[in-house]
Amino acid sequence: MADKVLMKGNEAIAEAAIMAGCRHYFGYPITPQTEIAAYMAKRMPKIGGVFLQAESEVAAINMVYGVSSTGKRVMTSSSSPGISLKSEGISYMAGADLPALIVNVQRGGPGLGGIQPSQSDYFQATRGSGHGDYHLIVLAPSSVQEMADLTIKGFDLGDKYRMPVMLLADGTMGQMMEPVSFDNVETKEYDKSWAVTGTKCERKHNIINSLYLKPEELEKENFARFERYKEIEANEAMYQEYKMDDAEICVVAFGIAARVAQNAIDAAREEGIKVGMIRPITLWPFPKAPMLAATDKVHTFISVEMSMGQMIEDIKLATECRRPVELCNRVGGMIPTPDEVLDSIRAAAQKGGNK
Amino acid sequence: MVVFEKPKALADVPLHYCPGCTHGIIHRLVAEVIDELGIEGKTIGVAPVGCSVMAYDYFNCDMVEAAHGRAPAVATGLKRSDPENHIVFTYQGDGDLASLGMAETVHSAARNENITVIFVNNAIYGMTGGQMAPTSLPGQVTQTSPYGRDTNACGFPIKVCEMLSQLDGPEYLERVSVNNVKNIKAAKKAIKKAFENQINGKGFSLVEVVSTCPTNWGLTPVKALEWLEENMLPYYPLGVYKDRSAQKEGE
Amino acid sequence: MAKVSFRTDFCKGCGLCVEACPTKILILAKDKINKKGHHPVEMTDQEKCIGCAFCATMCPDCIITVER
Repeated sequence: MADKVLMKGNEAIAEAAIMAGCRHYFGYPITPQTEIAAYMAKRMPKIGGVFLQAESEVAAINMVYGVSSTGKRVMTSSSSPGISLKSEGISYMAGADLPALIVNVQRGGPGLGGIQPSQSDYFQATRGSGHGDYHLIVLAPSSVQEMADLTIKGFDLGDKYRMPVMLLADGTMGQMMEPVSFDNVETKEYDKSWAVTGTKCERKHNIINSLYLKPEELEKENFARFERYKEIEANEAMYQEYKMDDAEICVVAFGIAARVAQNAIDAAREEGIKVGMIRPITLWPFPKAPMLAATDKVHTFISVEMSMGQMIEDIKLATECRRPVELCNRVGGMIPTPDEVLDSIRAAAQKGGNK
Repeated sequence: MVVFEKPKALADVPLHYCPGCTHGIIHRLVAEVIDELGIEGKTIGVAPVGCSVMAYDYFNCDMVEAAHGRAPAVATGLKRSDPENHIVFTYQGDGDLASLGMAETVHSAARNENITVIFVNNAIYGMTGGQMAPTSLPGQVTQTSPYGRDTNACGFPIKVCEMLSQLDGPEYLERVSVNNVKNIKAAKKAIKKAFENQINGKGFSLVEVVSTCPTNWGLTPVKALEWLEENMLPYYPLGVYKDRSAQKEGE
Repeated sequence: MAKVSFRTDFCKGCGLCVEACPTKILILAKDKINKKGHHPVEMTDQEKCIGCAFCATMCPDCIITVER
């Protein structure tokens, strides 16, 4: 048995980042993710790393841009309003093909919103967040162990594909305490000959840049980047199926909503309703294949999410609208209860029988 | 014996700047200093947004292009990545440094971030076609102040060196100009000091270079230098605004 | 004797060197047009050059080499 320690989700992210070789953290305080910064402030000086509280989220992401330009692993973390501020820098990182881990412990919005958990930054995360044509790899943990594992995986994916990666959690996941194991942490080394580390007067200068004034060049860059995205969509989609073998109703949920949904599915099963769940672990790339495949046996999909219905659009696209997709949601910092999810499963079961 | 030639740290390509634009002189001074200090192989420059956006093509050292105003934050990351082995400078215009990037400027100075900042102040936005800058003079006619900068409506120019000198953080702040040979020599001395300070671990060193924009000022290059002397220098007096090490020695 | 050479292809004809020359031996050649479409700088009397490099110091395009 692996040794396990009891940790808060936010702390697990921080420790996992250190284990993944991240020695530079830049952030700005915002609830509900400040434990990550506090953890880094304590740990980094002891291991020769850098913790710096920036003057703003805007500055923090640009410090990340600087360290990433030198080829080193680097991260920042924030919560929804802060991610909006970072989005300028994220767009530049995407345009300059720079890796980094960006953690969003979501809270309710829009605007200042609230400080309670939410999933309403789904569009922002999966559609790129800033200006221009780009994607982030978006990882959605639903346990403290996954907070750690996906943090490590996020650094590897970022380096492999030279792009920013977002860990999309929520306030509940950040504050939740669970046992977590850091055994078998493995990370890979990637070629970073593109990095700016000083030419040593031995090579032509490297340039980290997202500016292409000639439209044909910029188009070429975009096409090349989207070729890489295709590869990611083909190879990196992650999901977990729960009781899907004989399911006629498929719940789709991620993060904290998936945990609630799992309880509701168990309760529905006791009532004899054949319901299962596909839990996307990557929100981009969205696990389209298992959802399309499920349309053969499932009569209704239910998107359980803490937004006004954002992921539901991806489910409709993935299933090519072959089956109805219902929405079961709470917003503004409210979390759906297992009973609310159960009610929507029951409703789908009733309707599904009459199709 | 060659007494003057293009410095090695400056790329052998034509600069895109307008005829008579003093950016070219300032680029050359930075490159000469990099050559003289023998630091090309460990230097990383940060280009801004504005006319000098393509500075990344003009220096032979490693270069990074930053978002508008964010160069000091990017430089902070570059420097802290490997403080022993990276010499980091930013090259920024007045819109970049004193408007959009004011927070990054002030806070990197307050942190005494060990970087070198070359700040080119020509009192106008060049790249976008001559709009009012945070350093445009009272009464100065620009595309967005067509009746002259009205200080009642849009406030006063920002004197960056004077402002930053009020902070405890920064090591060295000097304002220079490149309007004549004498001032160019003084400017180079200041730029060299700003790099030496970084090498010696002294901290944030900013050199403000009062510069011209013949095109958007609507003047010939020679007349632009005259305008600079008559209008810019009285408002932006040249001199050392802070030199902590010299102050300490003097005490 | 001082020797000054110009990469006239890179000259933008701004005239800052002409203004800076203490011996007034630089002109913009009105009868010539370089690749960039400018009247490039030209020295009228090499003999009078004192090799002060003021022209090169003022040149924004770094087209002047001075030997002494």
